[in-house]
Amino acid sequence: MTDALLPLLVLWPLATALLALLAMRTSAILLALGTLGNLALAAALAIRLPAGQDVSHNVGSWDAPLGIALRADGLSTFLILITALASPLLALHASAAYERPELRYFAGLFLLFMAALNGLFLAGDLFNLYVTLELLGLSAVALAALSGGPLALAASLRYLLATLTGSMAYLLGVALLYRAAGSLDMLQLAGRGPDLPGGAVAFSLITAGLLLKGAVFPLHFWLPPAHANATPPVSAALSALAVKAPLYLLLRLWMVVYDGAWPLVSDVLLTVGAAGVLWCSVLAIQQQRAKLLVAYSTVAQLGYLLMALALVPVVGAAAYAGFALLLASHLLAKAGLFLAVGNLARRAGHDNMKDFESVVRHMPLSAAAIALAGVSLMGLPPSGGFNGKWLLLQAALEAGKGWVVAVVLAGGLLAAVYVFKLIEHTFGGRDRPDAESLPRRSEWAAFALAGGAIMMGFAGYPALRLLGGVP
Amino acid sequence: MSGQACYAVLGALLFCLALHALVVADSNLRRLLAVNVLGSSVFLVLVAGARAADPLPQALVITGIVVAVAATALGLNLLLRLAAAENKDSGPQAEDPA
Repeated sequence: MTDALLPLLVLWPLATALLALLAMRTSAILLALGTLGNLALAAALAIRLPAGQDVSHNVGSWDAPLGIALRADGLSTFLILITALASPLLALHASAAYERPELRYFAGLFLLFMAALNGLFLAGDLFNLYVTLELLGLSAVALAALSGGPLALAASLRYLLATLTGSMAYLLGVALLYRAAGSLDMLQLAGRGPDLPGGAVAFSLITAGLLLKGAVFPLHFWLPPAHANATPPVSAALSALAVKAPLYLLLRLWMVVYDGAWPLVSDVLLTVGAAGVLWCSVLAIQQQRAKLLVAYSTVAQLGYLLMALALVPVVGAAAYAGFALLLASHLLAKAGLFLAVGNLARRAGHDNMKDFESVVRHMPLSAAAIALAGVSLMGLPPSGGFNGKWLLLQAALEAGKGWVVAVVLAGGLLAAVYVFKLIEHTFGGRDRPDAESLPRRSEWAAFALAGGAIMMGFAGYPALRLLGGVP
Repeated sequence: MSGQACYAVLGALLFCLALHALVVADSNLRRLLAVNVLGSSVFLVLVAGARAADPLPQALVITGIVVAVAATALGLNLLLRLAAAENKDSGPQAEDPA
């Protein structure tokens, strides 16, 4: 019975997406139905997934290689659940942020984006992963272009070119693997990657493509303009959800198909991640526009994810748990932060931090959301960010990489500088009582997401139990 | 070199050329075209990897072409809207020469 949930997790958001694009007046209801139904399905899967086991489903009862195999294990179920928890809050914020015609487009594209994400987490073969990656990228680009200004359109076009190039590098890697092994199924390929002719070239292409799509430093050039010029719910969805998927896929392919091969790969990814944390935190501090600051903070935080990912084959459990907790807490914190900053920018009419009016009197919940999300981004206890970084440090010490400790501490301090820069402008400045007041739900959505990042600090045990062992 | 290996090498060369064009191109339309050539090169490698009587790569390439068409349509639409938005911004100046 449980395996019937897997196709439903793709079909439900897809069906509601199509209806939302067709229906003129009911897009708000369909958006709520789509995201809440998806949450119910994700919760059912998380409850019913047998501990430490996989669930799989062959669509239409066709076996691999002809059919489409969907598989869920602890990691994919965990990511589906976290995504499903965040999406109704993003939808709630969006229902207040858009007028009717834009809301219809947002509803359709966002639900399509959710269907692609769920499909990506469940896909069991390399080509279906390519298709879901493309669906994810195309719906994300269309969402980013929704605000329609010349800056947003130029940024979306750049995003499109980057994401297509990434997909093509990935697909070329997959083509080489298929040429060598004659299979696309991840389980049939399990552990065979390093010994296949051309296996190393395929791995390099796949990794480069996924890092470009995941906007990991130094391939992040397209992310800040695309995320900073989109409308707030879209910025939040892209920064929180879209860039995580390629890193998840990299972890799974590396651990399953390549069995965590080549110590050199670990070292390179670890160094690149550390450089990204330091360099992009410094760039975040230098920004004058609040949304650009938050966007650079995303690239910096992706560096931590890459560092945890790099240590998974070396130390196993601690790095794997650290990766999952960092991913989940950054997802919630960044969604909350982007929504809260979007609220401030909407009230001020711009997102230039220096000219933010004193908003804390009018928007206490948004200010609180910035503070709570900031706590998790800095890695202060109690928060999901703290637990994730703690596990990352533990993994680094186990692997004998003492210098990682210095990078994580420096990254935390730099994060404190940019978070306080944001908070300072929220509390300081002149008052502007005539400004437009926002619907309460815009503020509650941001607050609930940022609060969720703090709650991740207390949900560590159930999260780890759901995650199970390294894939 | 067998015919199939020949196609695979050709695909790899085309991939490098398209990547080069993508990086050095000075207009967005050229970049979009470069990404299309990039896609074709990957499809060539996929088809060249087929063993005798293996229909799977053809099926994959057809799916890939459908995705590429959709992506190109989205890119062209963005290009048109961007041009329209830029014309609106500099409207009076654009009309001066006429």
